[in-house]
Amino acid sequence: MHTQEWRLFAEGLMYLSPALIILGVFLFYPMFKTLYYSFFITNPRGETVAFIGLENYMHLIQSPNFQHSMIQTLKFVLYTVPTGVLLALFLAVIANERLKGVEFFRVIFSSTLGVSVAAGATIWLFMFHPSIGVFNNILAFLGLAPVPWLTSGEWALLSVAVTTVWMNVGFNFIILLGGLQNISEELYESARIDGAGYFAQLFKITLPLLSPTLFFVVTVTLINAFQSFGQIHILTGGGPNEATNIIVYSIYKEAFEFSRFGFASAQAILLFFIILVFTVLQFKVGEKKVHYQ
Amino acid sequence: MIRKVIVYILLSISAFVLFFPILFALLASLLSTAELYSGHYIPSRFSLDSYLQAFGTIPLFKFLVNSFIVSSIVTLGQLLLCSLAAYAIVFIPFKGRNFFFFLFISTLLIPWEAAMIPNFVTILNLGWLNTYLALTVPFLTTAFGIFLLRQHFMTLPKELYESAQIDGCSRFRFYWSFALPLSKPMLSALAIYAFLTTWNMYLWPLLVTSNENVRTVQIGIRMMISQEASTAWNMVMAGVVIILLPTLLLLFLGIKHIRRGLMSGALKG
Repeated sequence: MHTQEWRLFAEGLMYLSPALIILGVFLFYPMFKTLYYSFFITNPRGETVAFIGLENYMHLIQSPNFQHSMIQTLKFVLYTVPTGVLLALFLAVIANERLKGVEFFRVIFSSTLGVSVAAGATIWLFMFHPSIGVFNNILAFLGLAPVPWLTSGEWALLSVAVTTVWMNVGFNFIILLGGLQNISEELYESARIDGAGYFAQLFKITLPLLSPTLFFVVTVTLINAFQSFGQIHILTGGGPNEATNIIVYSIYKEAFEFSRFGFASAQAILLFFIILVFTVLQFKVGEKKVHYQ
Repeated sequence: MIRKVIVYILLSISAFVLFFPILFALLASLLSTAELYSGHYIPSRFSLDSYLQAFGTIPLFKFLVNSFIVSSIVTLGQLLLCSLAAYAIVFIPFKGRNFFFFLFISTLLIPWEAAMIPNFVTILNLGWLNTYLALTVPFLTTAFGIFLLRQHFMTLPKELYESAQIDGCSRFRFYWSFALPLSKPMLSALAIYAFLTTWNMYLWPLLVTSNENVRTVQIGIRMMISQEASTAWNMVMAGVVIILLPTLLLLFLGIKHIRRGLMSGALKG
């Protein structure tokens, strides 16, 4: 390179270096370190004690606890993703109408974006309260038996899922509404001239043109579901009987309660690959499906 | 006409259902303990007792201050570091800038949770446990921020940059006096988003703070539950309302910016 090019390179690097250092130290380096840990037994200070090769991974595959955790994670994903996306889609469609005061509803529907995991989960914890919670009060009012929302394995995962869906609505709604607003009004007008009704327009124009945005929302919701932690920590602590011990909670427990960094790291690597698959899928399919207008 | 009525009804029902938990928290925070346990939902008189109690029982004020400090530092840091990086990628024609851009973008593939164990060890070894450094430094840059600002910088007219160069305006001067001011909407979007996400962070503060000096409100609320859940739910709800207020206000005031920011992140990505 010429001196001129070197000077440009040095200048460019000067602007980039703060960002590079932060991402390098707190994302790239730890990612490799996680992989490294996953081949070792460690002490609670994070120092490696013994190299054990793939034993952590073997243990992972064979451990009934971890298998259970994975099954619960997949169930949780199944409970939260379709409902979360469909609910947000429904809200986006009704809030996309040109009506007086619709902006008010849009703000309300976006509001959970401003609700933290901790605050949201705490409100739901109170609503799920066995004796003074609002849900059991309503059931009692209707003459029905109370439901053990957070204390029975059957219900707990569902309760955490409902809380999660509620917390995701704001984000999903904003993205989907934006996607809807990007669809040109002319398409609808010409469809109306051709005599297409509301549902014909919805299924022939809105949904096909919204598909890239919809796909984005599905992958983001999927990835978020795999990363859920705060609501579980507050609502159930992974219980009862490990029913809500989904993957990030399991990593947290192994690493910071039992100090098994190596075993926890093997789980973290698995989480990395799961999320990698969905992100790559999002990029690949997203690229193909984007409609350029 | 009928269609309008149906849509309004659907909108109203959905708004009530979705907003119910927040409304419920607000109402419960105004109830007296006796009302709470006798199944009342509407407070009989207006009283802020639970709020005073909330501030008295845990160092809520200190937690609020901590959250403000941490969120503000992260927000400013992201604005500065992300914009510097994005500016270099767009405006400085050096070799390898595309490589660096993809390097930044590739961090979107790393879930934070997969890096948290070594990060905890790093913080431990640096002696940063229970300091603001642990809560802020790891988050001063995000790939999302760099991406968002790069997309925006690319829309700035190249002629402006060239004529500024001819007039002898230095690169840094152009960054500071033109590129940044011309990107105010995008910077606001990033700022609001950064503030919200930092304010709401849960897992990391849980790991790296163990005392009141630096602990954030999110962990404070969790402390409140473990200390008070059996007795004073009205007080816990008062705490929830207090920690929700800043972010809800920010969201309501900045909703246009947030929408724009999220959309350009979602669609052009």
